[in-house]
Amino acid sequence: MSLTLLNVIVAVVIAIAFAAVNAAYLVWAERRGAARIQRRPGPNINGPFGLLQPPLDGIKLMTKQLMIPGGADKILFMVAPVLAMAPAIMSFVTIPFSEGIAAHNMELGVLVIFAFASMGAMAILFAGWGSRNKYSVMASVRAVSQNVSYEIPMLITAITVVMTTGSMDLKEISMAQSGGFWHWNIFPSLQSPLMPISFIIFFICSLAETNRAPFDLGEAESELVAGFHTEYGSMGFGLFFMGEYANIVIGASLTTILFLGGWDCPFGMFPGVWWFLLKIYLLIATFIWIRWTFPRTTIYGLLNLSWKILIPISLFNLLLTAGLLKVF
Amino acid sequence: MGGYFSDIFYGSKSLLIGMGITFREFFKPTVTVQYPYQTLKMSARFRGHIELIADKEGKPKCVVCGMCERACPSGCITLGSISIEIEVDGKIKKKKVLSKYDLDFTKCSLCGQCVENCNFGALEFSKEYNLASTRKEDFHFNLLKRLEERNT
Repeated sequence: MSLTLLNVIVAVVIAIAFAAVNAAYLVWAERRGAARIQRRPGPNINGPFGLLQPPLDGIKLMTKQLMIPGGADKILFMVAPVLAMAPAIMSFVTIPFSEGIAAHNMELGVLVIFAFASMGAMAILFAGWGSRNKYSVMASVRAVSQNVSYEIPMLITAITVVMTTGSMDLKEISMAQSGGFWHWNIFPSLQSPLMPISFIIFFICSLAETNRAPFDLGEAESELVAGFHTEYGSMGFGLFFMGEYANIVIGASLTTILFLGGWDCPFGMFPGVWWFLLKIYLLIATFIWIRWTFPRTTIYGLLNLSWKILIPISLFNLLLTAGLLKVF
Repeated sequence: MGGYFSDIFYGSKSLLIGMGITFREFFKPTVTVQYPYQTLKMSARFRGHIELIADKEGKPKCVVCGMCERACPSGCITLGSISIEIEVDGKIKKKKVLSKYDLDFTKCSLCGQCVENCNFGALEFSKEYNLASTRKEDFHFNLLKRLEERNT
């Protein structure tokens, strides 16, 4: 694929538009979903089913004044929201939505996405440090320790999948799973019988990576005001939110590609981008469902889960897969 | 080691039970009243501010005995009366008629002593609860005027 300037611009515009629309309407879906679980109707005044709520929220955020607290590190303070948003959008470039729909297919797609995802932690640290607010600093330190400890099992499970597929190319990984749901990586195979557990570990880690409840210690409202974005108003806050929701979409897409066969149909019919979208939105619905079911964990519970349960099991799984790949 | 795995197992199980509960709640109907568009019907024993009860002709049943005024611990009721002359069986009789019933709702504690003390059944609690204003004068009710407004 030749990478002309026009290609780049079109890809970037589509990625930004996709991320922005998703961010806006996932907030709506989140609010409606939360409301339904709590037996409320949710936003339903603006437009049919409250569908005009996200654009109106956007207008409200954009018209608000951008405040920089006194004593804040101005450069870090301004850079942080952009740094939260930009890697999320960059990650969209490598994601293949279907066989023909991919902005730029890279041989090291898995690695690229993880590299960009790890920049999210830096944005949180900048935001917390730059706002010169003790709650923000505490929250960002928590969020970073959480991100670091959950990246390990996530990477180990990703390596397991890469080992069984023999490629780091996201497109090849999903192509290798085509032809019915029994070919998907989530189903145990001879080479790696613990794949469903890998899937669960990966899913938990992608929940934790996006700093969402029950792992939202970075923005624990009851303890730390609003966490690392306490001092952010207007579109700075908006960018953090867009970044968070874009990361959710990335996490769901990555889970779909690595474990659920990408754009492959479960019954081997009509493979296409719709199956991919259906799968990621089902995963996102599960994200929302989980968020509104469980209370927030403690920081100890969170780190114990990662270091005592997820990392040992994923390491064991990696070793088992490596051994079985040699045997079969 | 056995404890380790059973912890994981029972922990995951309880998480799934929790998710099952929220999944069921998701499909149940909502119970919220959409307040400005929908309102609840107040129960029979709801105590709002007091209101005069009209007789068959639409006049207040009140005979201006003043028991409510005296019973009020907050002193928020002010009565006024005028004497009118009416003819009963060819004789001219004097009768007190209510000319003013002011309720200062800013002081009212909704104890209901006025309603309890009324021997003529002339007072009741209204079901009004949408009482909000930025001026305290809005809570000085002229109950006589409110009665006339209700009659028309």
